[in-house]
Amino acid sequence: MASESQDLISTAGEVPAAKSPWRRQLGGALFGARGASSVPAGGGAGRGVWYSLLRNPSALAGLVLLTAFLLLALFANRLFPGDPLDMVAAPFEWPGTDPQYWLGTDSLGRDVAAGIAHGTRVSLLIGASSAVIGLVIGTLVGAIGGFFGGIVDDLLVRVTELFQTVPSFLLVIVIVAIGRPSVSMIALAIGVASWPTVARIVRAEFRTLRNADFVLAARSQGFSNARIIFGEILPNALPPVIVTASVMVASAILIESSLSFLGMGDPNAVSWGSMIGAGRDALRTAWYLTAIPGVAIVLAVLALNLLGDGLNDALNPRLRQRI
Amino acid sequence: MANLLEVRDLRVSFGAHEAVRGLSFDIAAGETLALVGESGCGKSATALSLMRLVPSPGRVSGSLRFDGRELLELPPREVRAIRGRQISMIFQEPMTSLNPVLSIGAQIVETLRQHEQLSKRDAWKRAIELLDLVQVPEPQRRVFDYPHELSGGQRQRVMIAMAVACRPRLLIADEPTTALDVTIQAHILELLDLLRRELSMALLLITHDLGVVAEHADRVAVVLAGEKVEEAPVSKLFTQPQHPYTRGLLDASLNLADDLHYRGWKLPEIRHGVTDDGKPTFAVVPRAARTGQYVADPTPGFSALDDPAPLLSLHDLRVDYPQRHSNSVLRAVDGVSLHIARGETVGLVGESGCGKSTLSKAIVRLVPATSGEIRLRGTDLVSLRERELRPLRRHVQMVFQDPYASLNPRRTVAEILDTVLVVNGVADRNSRRQRIAGILDRVGLPSSALGRFPHEFSGGQRQRIGIARALVLEPALLICDEPVSALDVSIQAQILNLLVELKRDLGLAYLFISHDLSVVRYIADRVHVMQNGRIVESGHHREIWRHPQHPYTRTLLDAIPGRVFDAQAA
Repeated sequence: MASESQDLISTAGEVPAAKSPWRRQLGGALFGARGASSVPAGGGAGRGVWYSLLRNPSALAGLVLLTAFLLLALFANRLFPGDPLDMVAAPFEWPGTDPQYWLGTDSLGRDVAAGIAHGTRVSLLIGASSAVIGLVIGTLVGAIGGFFGGIVDDLLVRVTELFQTVPSFLLVIVIVAIGRPSVSMIALAIGVASWPTVARIVRAEFRTLRNADFVLAARSQGFSNARIIFGEILPNALPPVIVTASVMVASAILIESSLSFLGMGDPNAVSWGSMIGAGRDALRTAWYLTAIPGVAIVLAVLALNLLGDGLNDALNPRLRQRI
Repeated sequence: MANLLEVRDLRVSFGAHEAVRGLSFDIAAGETLALVGESGCGKSATALSLMRLVPSPGRVSGSLRFDGRELLELPPREVRAIRGRQISMIFQEPMTSLNPVLSIGAQIVETLRQHEQLSKRDAWKRAIELLDLVQVPEPQRRVFDYPHELSGGQRQRVMIAMAVACRPRLLIADEPTTALDVTIQAHILELLDLLRRELSMALLLITHDLGVVAEHADRVAVVLAGEKVEEAPVSKLFTQPQHPYTRGLLDASLNLADDLHYRGWKLPEIRHGVTDDGKPTFAVVPRAARTGQYVADPTPGFSALDDPAPLLSLHDLRVDYPQRHSNSVLRAVDGVSLHIARGETVGLVGESGCGKSTLSKAIVRLVPATSGEIRLRGTDLVSLRERELRPLRRHVQMVFQDPYASLNPRRTVAEILDTVLVVNGVADRNSRRQRIAGILDRVGLPSSALGRFPHEFSGGQRQRIGIARALVLEPALLICDEPVSALDVSIQAQILNLLVELKRDLGLAYLFISHDLSVVRYIADRVHVMQNGRIVESGHHREIWRHPQHPYTRTLLDAIPGRVFDAQAA
C-alpha cells in the first residue's frame, strides 16, 4: 500500500487542480507526516502511517483479526445460507459432535456457527454506523464550538456536558425503549450517546489550530469560514479522531451486546449479545453457548483496540520512528 | 596553559545520518571558544555529546578528554557527578527549560542540593545570592516567583544562575540569546562574559550569529556539515578569514555589513548542495552591485506623505485586546499613523511585544481595530463588513515568520496555491494552472514541487512557498512579518534577494516588520521604530542609522552585536 501512495503523490505533480479534495486530504492525513517539523525534510511521504502500522506487531494482529471478521460478515450468507434463527438440528449438540454443525446447536436446535457469522454482520454494522453517526455529530459540534468560540462555544459545551453526565448506556436504553428495537434504531441510539467524546477532542484541536499561521493566512486571503473549517483545519484535526473512532466501534459492539443480552435488541436479528442472553439459561449444562459468542466479542473488541493503539502510535510523529 | 577540554575526532551519528564528522578542538581553562555554524551543522549534537546527553538512536565516538579524564568511558554515576557540577549547559529556549510548577528559588535549590551537602536554609540563601549574581532585581522577592511571572530575559538569567550554581569549570551556552530581543541579548552576553571572568570558567558559546561571536569570544571554530572548516582567534577570523565558507558567512551576516542597501547591492548567498557521493558542498555567490533601476536612491527628503494618493495609509490606528476576567483592555497599538506609497518598502522595527505583529494583523483585519482609519487606495477598511472586505483582500497579502507553521501540512503545494485562486474567483482551471506555474518559477521553485507536501521542503524553500501563496493573487502590498527571522544567515540572504527582485519585477510595496535592525537597514526605504504600541521615530533609512533622534532608537542600534568590527571595517 505504501507504493500506491507514492503513485498518488507523484502523479499529483502533473495535475495541479485537486480532483477530489477529500480523498487527497485524507491521503494527506494518512500519508503526510503530521507536524513533520521534527522529521528531516526529503523523506518519501509514502512511508507514512500504513508503513508504521504494518511494522507494529500488535496493530498488525488487530488488522488481521478485523479483516477476518469483515470477511466472515461479508460471506455469512454464502457460508451459512438461510435464516440463522431456523431450527436445523437436535438441541444441545456439543461442538464437534456433528461435523455439519461444528460449533454445536443451542437450546432450540439452531446452528451456533451460523449465529456467530450472522451476528458478526449485526455487530459490525451497528459498531460502524453508530461510530459514523457519533463522528459526524461530534465533529460538527466540536468544530463549530472550537472555531467560533464565544457564546456559541459556551452553549455547545453545555450541551456536550449535558450528554456526558447522563450514563450513555441508560441513554441508549431510553432511546431504544421509546423507538422500535431495530438495528438502525440501535445504531442511532448508540451514535447519539457517544458523540460527546469526539466533540471534546475536535474542539480542543480546533482551539489550538484556529490561531495557527496557516489559518491566519487563509483568512487574510478571503477564505470563507466553512472552507477554513472543513478544508484547512479539519484534515489537521483528524488523526486523534481516527484513533477514537476505532475505540468507538469497539464500545458500540459492547453496548449492542449488552442491549441484546438484556433482551432489548432487535428480535429479528441474531447478534452476539442475544446469543449470550439465550445461552445464559443453560449456563451449567451447555456453557459453550455463552462462551463462543463471548469469545467473538472479546476478539472483535481486542482487534479494534489493538488497531486503535497502533493508529495512535502511527499518527503521532514523535512515536513514529523512521529508520 | 593546560587544556581543560580536548575533543578529538568526535563523531555523532543518528542512524545513517552523520551529524558530526570528526570534529576536534580544545578549550583552555577560562577561555571562550565559539562554535559557529548554520542549523543542522552538528553544533548542538556536539554540545549534547559533551554532556553525554545525545538522545537514544544517536551514537558517539572519538575522544572527549575533560580535565584529563575520558568522558566517553566514564560510568553513568560519575557522568552525573560531572554534569551540572563541572560542566553545565544553558539552552536556547528559556520558555520551556524551566519547570512551570516550581518557583525559581525551589529549582535553584534543587540543583544546589543535588550536588552539594547543603541545608535547606543555606541553599535558599545561596539561591538568593545566585539571583543577585545574575543581576535579577530584588532577588529576595523574586526567588519565590514562578517562571511565568518572569520575562524571557529574566528566565534566561535564572537558567544561567542554575547553570553556574555549582561553579562549573565549563559552561556550554547553546544559542543562549537567539530567542531574545536585541537589547536583552546584549545584556545576557555581557553577563555571561562577566561570570566567566568572576568564576573563572571556560565558556563554549554555540551560535549561528557571527555578530555575537565578535564581541564575546577568544577563538572561533567555524563548522560546516559536522566538520570544522576553520579555527582562528576572533580578530584574525574577522580580518583575514581563510576558508571560503567563513568568508561567505561573514559577507552574508548583515549586522557586520555596514551600509549595505538593497538599492545598491545584491546580498552574497551561500548555496548548499549535496554531491553525488552524499558529501555536502556549498557555493558562495559573492555580493554584487545592482545596476539599472535601483541605483538611483530617492533623495533623503522623499516622503510618501507628498504622494497624492498613497497605497495604504493608517491614521491614528488603535487596537485593544480585551483582558479575560476583567474589564480592562490591553492597548497593543496606540495611535499609529503611517503611509506606504506604491512600490515603496517601509520598515517597522521594534522588540517583541511592541505591537508590530498586532499592527500587521489589524491592517488585514485579522484582528479588529478599535478606532482609527486604514485606507487602502482611499477606501477605509475599518468600517467594512467581512463580505465587502473579501474582494479587497487580494490587494494586501501577508508573509509569515514561521515557515513551518504557516503552511497547511496536509495539503500539497499545488492545492495550497490552487485553493487561493479558487476562493478568489478564478474559475478557469487552465488559467489557474498557468498562474501557479508562473509564480512558482518566480519564487525559484521547480515545478516538481507542486505535488509535494510542505514537510518535504527545507525552511528556506517553505518560505518561498509562503511568498508564492501571497503573490499568486497579484497584490500591490505585501506585509512581511519577520519573514527571515527563523532562517539561517545564508538562506536569509537568498530570501531577501528574492524579495528585492520580486519588488523590482512586480512593482510591489512592502511593509517589512522585523526585530532585526540590520535586516531592516538593508531592505527598507523608510523606517519606523515602534515601542509600546507607538511609533517613536520615523525617517529615511540612511538618516535613522546615522542620526538617530529618539533614545530608544539609539539603544537598539547600540545593542546590535558585532559593532566593534563594524567600526574596524569602516
